Amino acid sequence: MQPVLSIAGLGKTYKSGHTALSDVDLSINKGEIFALLGPNGAGKTTLISIVCGIVTPSRGTVSVAGHDHARDYRAARSMIGLVPQELHTDAFETVLTTVNFSRGLFGKPRDPAYIEQLLKDLTLWDKRDSKIMELSGGMKRRVMIAKALSHEPEILFLDEPTAGVDVELRRDMWNMVRGLRERGVTIILTTHYIEEAEEMADRVGVISKGRLILVEEKNALIKKLGRKTLTLNLAEPLESVPEDLSQWKLELAGEGHELVYEFDSHAEATGVPSLLRRLSDLGIAFKDLHTRQSSLEDIFVGLVHSSADEAEKAA
Amino acid sequence: MIANLRGIRSIYMFEMARFGRTFWTSLMLPVITTTLYFIVFGSAIGSRMSEVSAVPYGLFIVPGLMMLTMFTESISNASFGIYMPKWTGTIYEMLSAPMSPIELLIAYVGAAATKSVIIGSIIFATAHLFVDVQVAHPLFMVAFMVLMAVTFCLFGFIIGIWAQSFEQLQVIPMLVVYPLTFLGGAFYSLDMLPKAWQTVTLFNPVVYLISGFRWTFFGAGDVGIGVSMGAVTLFLAICLAIVFWMFRTGYRLKN
Repeated sequence: MQPVLSIAGLGKTYKSGHTALSDVDLSINKGEIFALLGPNGAGKTTLISIVCGIVTPSRGTVSVAGHDHARDYRAARSMIGLVPQELHTDAFETVLTTVNFSRGLFGKPRDPAYIEQLLKDLTLWDKRDSKIMELSGGMKRRVMIAKALSHEPEILFLDEPTAGVDVELRRDMWNMVRGLRERGVTIILTTHYIEEAEEMADRVGVISKGRLILVEEKNALIKKLGRKTLTLNLAEPLESVPEDLSQWKLELAGEGHELVYEFDSHAEATGVPSLLRRLSDLGIAFKDLHTRQSSLEDIFVGLVHSSADEAEKAA
Repeated sequence: MIANLRGIRSIYMFEMARFGRTFWTSLMLPVITTTLYFIVFGSAIGSRMSEVSAVPYGLFIVPGLMMLTMFTESISNASFGIYMPKWTGTIYEMLSAPMSPIELLIAYVGAAATKSVIIGSIIFATAHLFVDVQVAHPLFMVAFMVLMAVTFCLFGFIIGIWAQSFEQLQVIPMLVVYPLTFLGGAFYSLDMLPKAWQTVTLFNPVVYLISGFRWTFFGAGDVGIGVSMGAVTLFLAICLAIVFWMFRTGYRLKN
């Protein structure tokens, strides 16, 4: 499939000498939801800002549906809508005026029917004649989204869309994102809420210290890097892990009432059956057992830490 | 270079709506200022003054008064227009829109210049209440007004991009342009000054601008009209060069 967005060798070094982004290569497919994960200051916003034309890259290229975003910026930018992280709005304008303004800025003729539907979808229609400064934070966030969608973009960037947003708006936002995807809109969102990426994304990219350290299909990622834990609830508490069980690297939890075994579920020998046999040989009885698949959050924390460790070693 | 006419129109209308919100203050301010100047300079002081270059003093100050107000209004409106989106952060939308720098420039400077020309015209109309205004070269006068408005709005646009605080936004108009205009012959003719000061004044660029505008009214100025036109063109060219340099380098607009 022809990627709708291709980024190659993209880097940004600020005048201060700080490198916010180094050698990012990324292809986004049409119609997918891509989540960019990373801790604060990892370079997520810098990456988005470069693609949207707000920050000038130091090196590398960006192409939007075949349009180079520097040479052919009109075609490239017309296809992109951006919802920035901060609530930047014109306090004195009304909702309807500001959304129409955004559409005009992108060179599209007025389309009252489309704008009406857009504002209704975002439950802003009743507030269309209110000044933006009179709106709550959540409503302002909706206005930002309406502005970004006002020119019917094919790619939508959502920079931390649900940071500091209440549960209702978050749910609405997720519904909206799914609705947009059904219409074929490509969505790239940054977040540090892992659950959001886990819930929404088709693919996940992890960015740390300006480097894109991993791009993977979400399900494959969970499968590949996911580890399972087996927890055994013991009948009698243990004071320490018996010597005979040392080959499994078990941990004791719950004041000696639980034995925890972490294993790779895709290894040929998980070690689970042999562990259970050995336990019965040793006469250690358990009341219950359960296994848990590690979440994207565990994977993410693991990845960012290991990349930080590597960077330290390299330094 | 210019393709997104709708984008230009959107920003232009946005800016005009901003002026519209303060319509009455914008309208009343020049009327009141003009009236005050006419009472003080025209009637109180002017009645004791002889004619300047064969023009009654009350009439003599009309072009200077128009220029003084238009200079300051142009700079403050244009600088505020581009500084506000920078300050509130809404500039992100202009930068991410498919608009060329020239289109942004036309929209912002066009709107600010329109307001300046309107204010200049209000002063011109108000002056008729006090003196019998005659214009020797009406076409040149209108052209000069528009050219001055555009040039000083460009200058204001540069200040708006350069400024990083509201204080910096005020400092050039208040500390540089206002004194230069006041000392640039807005209310007197250069030959009223001692010889030495006349020479010093010739280094003030505003002298040439006001003199040129006065020529369109009375057919005579402190310096020849050719020199004035040259000065205007030079100032416009310098402002345009700075603006294009800013856009090319992304100066204080983009990182």
